Amino acid sequence: MNGSETKPVWLDTYNFAFLDEGSKREIRRKTLKAVAIPGYQVPFASREMPIARGWGTGGLQLTLALIGRGDRLKVIDQGSDDSVNAVSIRRLVENTTGIETTVDTAAATLIQTRHRIPEQPLRAGQILVLQVPLPEPLRLIEPREEVTRRQHAEMDYSAMWLALYEDIVRWGDITVGHSYPCLAHGRYLFSPSPIPRWDIPKLHQAACLYLFGAGREKRIYAIPPYTDVQPLSFDDYPFAVERLAGACCRLCGSTSTFLYEIDDAASGQKLYQCSDTAYCQQRRQERGQA
Amino acid sequence: MGYVMVTGGQEAIAAANKLSKYYRVKDAAEPLPVKEIEHQLRLLIDRVMGEGGLYAPEYAAIALKQAEGDTAEAAFLLRAYRSTLERDHYSLTVEPARMRVIRRLSSAFRDIPGGQMLGPTYDYTHRLLDFSLRQEGEEELRAFLQQWHLDGEVTGPVPTLAKVSELLRQQGLLRQCPAAADDRVPFDITMASVTFPAPRSARLQALARGETGAMVALAYSSLRGYGTVHPTIGELRVGYAAVDIPYPYADGGEEILIYIGEIMLTEVECINSFAGNEDGGAAQFSLGYGLCFGQNEPKAIAMAILESSLQTKGPAPVQDEEFVLMHIDCVEAHGFISHLKLPHYVTFQSSLARIRQAQQQAASK
Repeated sequence: MNGSETKPVWLDTYNFAFLDEGSKREIRRKTLKAVAIPGYQVPFASREMPIARGWGTGGLQLTLALIGRGDRLKVIDQGSDDSVNAVSIRRLVENTTGIETTVDTAAATLIQTRHRIPEQPLRAGQILVLQVPLPEPLRLIEPREEVTRRQHAEMDYSAMWLALYEDIVRWGDITVGHSYPCLAHGRYLFSPSPIPRWDIPKLHQAACLYLFGAGREKRIYAIPPYTDVQPLSFDDYPFAVERLAGACCRLCGSTSTFLYEIDDAASGQKLYQCSDTAYCQQRRQERGQA
Repeated sequence: MGYVMVTGGQEAIAAANKLSKYYRVKDAAEPLPVKEIEHQLRLLIDRVMGEGGLYAPEYAAIALKQAEGDTAEAAFLLRAYRSTLERDHYSLTVEPARMRVIRRLSSAFRDIPGGQMLGPTYDYTHRLLDFSLRQEGEEELRAFLQQWHLDGEVTGPVPTLAKVSELLRQQGLLRQCPAAADDRVPFDITMASVTFPAPRSARLQALARGETGAMVALAYSSLRGYGTVHPTIGELRVGYAAVDIPYPYADGGEEILIYIGEIMLTEVECINSFAGNEDGGAAQFSLGYGLCFGQNEPKAIAMAILESSLQTKGPAPVQDEEFVLMHIDCVEAHGFISHLKLPHYVTFQSSLARIRQAQQQAASK
């Protein structure tokens, strides 16, 4: 926009990827443990970052601990590469590593995201880092960490089952939309982070590695490749993703992506649009629209 | 392009940064010197250093200038800077009992060895807005300081004063702190995620870094009856304590210390009404401990109250270790509260789908 903006000098003043090597090593060690125990929340020290706690510091620490000079990074928020917080995080990584970033999902080796999993299936070797506000799936039922840790250890998820059952009794269906509680490989209950139901099936038996980082709550967990991920559900109330009957993206025409709705003030109509902007753009290009 | 979430994020951020700077300086007659912030807003600096967990008055002043005086933002800046620093040395235990005291009081005993020292405090000033500060001039300041040096300055060594709690301890009135063997090397909450129940050192560290306002509010709730602790201040002292590190190249044998400077601290020891020993011993007082950077008396007192309160059991919020320790950190609390300003379009869309589903379900019945 303007040429007067000074070039960042952080490359000279801070270590590669901001964190010191000791901190990176700790995060990588905890990440390995997380990969070894799918869905288990591994405590880590969580450094204070130059972005605010609750704004993706857990994901950012994973990204910075993992990133190397050969990596290609993509950062999205709500599915969009251009959302301000995604831009802010991408710039921080660029300014402290000097590596190249991309919006192309297929070209990225490392993707940091908030609230979405890209529509395009990720391949083996790619890592998706999800930002997590509240890593504990039992937290809304039980506020005490001391208690929830014991419940996980004993695999006592009765309180969660009961909460879902009560939901059905009260509302006729399970009302949990995003952050749907899932079971990792038949053992640990975990929060998939506030992704919509739409993205939950992408976690199951995926080729890529999913890492979850909660900076404020100081937890790392993982869904390694080819792990079973089951959303909790009852036989007579099966899990279902969001459906917008008859809706399609106003830009690319997609009916098979997660759409968000827009009230068009001019026409009074409801319009829909892909939340994954890179995917939408690619579809338009393929259809010769862009 | 009216409906795209946020376009030109990068340009928007750059422009917002510029605008912030514009609002910071637009009405400035002259730039605010960092040195003046450091020297004239002493209590603010102390507060920010405490909450930022970094004793660096000049950096705290820069942070306050950068944050336009927002204490949480300034503490955040210090914390982020602090986490990039290597830990080259660990100091030896700083001993406030040997501090160079500038202020000291006890509300438990009128006559304490060494006496009470009012020191710099607003406690007994009338809170009347002093309009003469509008005209405070350089000459007047200089004259005041000169006069002060003539008749106010203490010369000679300042005595170090024995602790009031030591008196009680000598008389067997104070419960010995059950210092567990595994608690000797303090837990460091900045290097490991705290688990509950937390060791006492982790509690004390979390409290020492806690936000003044949050801690005062919680401690106040205990005094008002949501809890059992309503203590007497055995001793409050403010002063300078020496910081030493071990000589890094020592070859074992004798221990050589290197004095690296002194820091101002506020220390509070509060005495709680007696409680019988669980093991059937005689009734004794117990002590609550508060310590923070600089002169920050409300925080040190609140810390001592909360520290005591966490040693009691009961249904009050301030008796719940997780509740207190997890919610007093200003960087975490402000960060998460402010994250609500981030877009939540996807989660809200998901919630919309659910609520419509529930409505349909209800309508079809």
